[in-house]
Amino acid sequence: MVQEPNGPVVSGSGDYVSINIGPSHPAMHGTLRVIAQTDGETVIKADPEIGYLHRGVEKLGENLTYHQFIPITDRLNYCSAITNNVSYEKAVEKLMGIEVPVKAQLVRIIMMELARIADHQVCVGILGVDLGAFTPFFYQIIQREEIYEVFEWYNGARLTNTFGRIGGLDADLPEKFAEKWPGLKDGIRRANDEMDKLLTHNRIWMDRTIGVNPFSPEDALAWGFTGPCLRACGVKRDMRKNEPYYLYDQFDFDVPTGKHGDVFDRYMVRLKEMEESIKIIDQAYKMYLDMPEDAPLKAKVPKIIKPPAGEVYSAIESPNGELGFFIKSDGSDKPYRIKIRPPCYMIYQAFPEMVQGEMIADLIACLSSLNIIAGELDR
Amino acid sequence: MRWGLAMDLKERVERCLGSDALSITEYRGDITVEVPRRRIIMVLKKLREASDLEFDFLTDLFGVDNLDLYKKKKKKKGKEEEAEKEAQEPTPPRFEVNYLLQSLKSNERLRVKIQVPEDDLEVESATVLWKAADWPERECFDMFGIRFKGHYNLKRLLMWDEFPDHPLRKDYPLEGKGEERHFHVSEF
Repeated sequence: MVQEPNGPVVSGSGDYVSINIGPSHPAMHGTLRVIAQTDGETVIKADPEIGYLHRGVEKLGENLTYHQFIPITDRLNYCSAITNNVSYEKAVEKLMGIEVPVKAQLVRIIMMELARIADHQVCVGILGVDLGAFTPFFYQIIQREEIYEVFEWYNGARLTNTFGRIGGLDADLPEKFAEKWPGLKDGIRRANDEMDKLLTHNRIWMDRTIGVNPFSPEDALAWGFTGPCLRACGVKRDMRKNEPYYLYDQFDFDVPTGKHGDVFDRYMVRLKEMEESIKIIDQAYKMYLDMPEDAPLKAKVPKIIKPPAGEVYSAIESPNGELGFFIKSDGSDKPYRIKIRPPCYMIYQAFPEMVQGEMIADLIACLSSLNIIAGELDR
Repeated sequence: MRWGLAMDLKERVERCLGSDALSITEYRGDITVEVPRRRIIMVLKKLREASDLEFDFLTDLFGVDNLDLYKKKKKKKGKEEEAEKEAQEPTPPRFEVNYLLQSLKSNERLRVKIQVPEDDLEVESATVLWKAADWPERECFDMFGIRFKGHYNLKRLLMWDEFPDHPLRKDYPLEGKGEERHFHVSEF
């Protein structure tokens, strides 16, 4: 029986068995639910149902002032809250026509890249856990704790760091960062090496990941993929290179890509990207040290932010892909409309097409490798 | 350099769309082109296929409710002008749908906007051009009640199926209308 790949699952059709996975299932990352129609162990069709973590962030934003919305953005992609904060702040700054001082840009870059590393560490670690490799997860999570230590020095929060202010930053990079960074860098590299040794050429790992859920670049672009999942398909697109914002055009770094867009490629791209992030932090920190001590961290911003009426869209490359904010202002102190463009929203909608004809166990691997974060998916 | 490029894009879009471009505005480097609602698929196709534009990537699609915006304008006018004059003015369409496009070749971005009046909430679905329009259109239907003609699976995305209202509309209260008290779990 042939069914539309993306249509709803019709229950009781033919000899297929409908299986409900999630929303409360350890492998479904919190609140994702998939209703899969199966023939034996093969998925004939999967119908993801989302919205279990919908908190009405966009509606909330319309009723809060511009500054009050920053802590809400923490709760989008809670694995890398700093990138969300910066993306939102950048959108408001664009709306107001504010240029952020260079020193603040450098601190933002350093913190964002640290957040990117932390996000990738969680993603590849959890991917291992979901496929039965528990040990590498601990190697990664220990290093993530070290990164969170830096975040904690900055403003006391570890997970939901309300980072920065509109127009710049309120505080400088923590002083202890200078002595922390060399050790932290080695630690991240060591964890990646250990993971690489344990997994990459492991026979079981290769069997479980290579050739599982391959995706063609044409399909990926048609579905609106961005970030590591798109690069794993072999498309060399990264907003940091294609549309450089802040000082990213001055740094020397590569954009790692995969070939087949399968689970293995997504894992490898993320692993390699961590190394590139370390390179960026090294260069940014060097530039930061060359800055005068009393360089400004914040542009001149009025106390009550009232941008002129207008609408802008601004995006940055978050660990998952393009994270954009569309803000429409009506001239008052609250945004008229905020639309968040979360990267994994676009990626997850292709999920039925990706897992069609695969095994149920591969469905779990696929979901894990896409790094779907329910917080930014449901908003 | 950047501003120069933006100006250039404006001209190219104008040349490509001709009379379909009702207005082209630029704000902080973002170009927005407003087009007639019924011609949207034609316009998107044109923008995608024109050799000097090639907007072949759909970044996002979303709705905006302009109800409060017009209310505010009316209030301001009310102080200056008579109330009778306002009643005669035709009300502008309440909703708008925005399409964020990007060109993979030149990395340029363009926002295409259509106006959707409240009494005829129907727009042609962009899923024929991009698969990526699937969930954004469902969300737009969920949040604003705008129906997309030709969408193969137009049902609620974030709210549950029995939800009676459209929560991102400006006349929907922030605290809700108590729907969660009448929530019942549908049979799977």
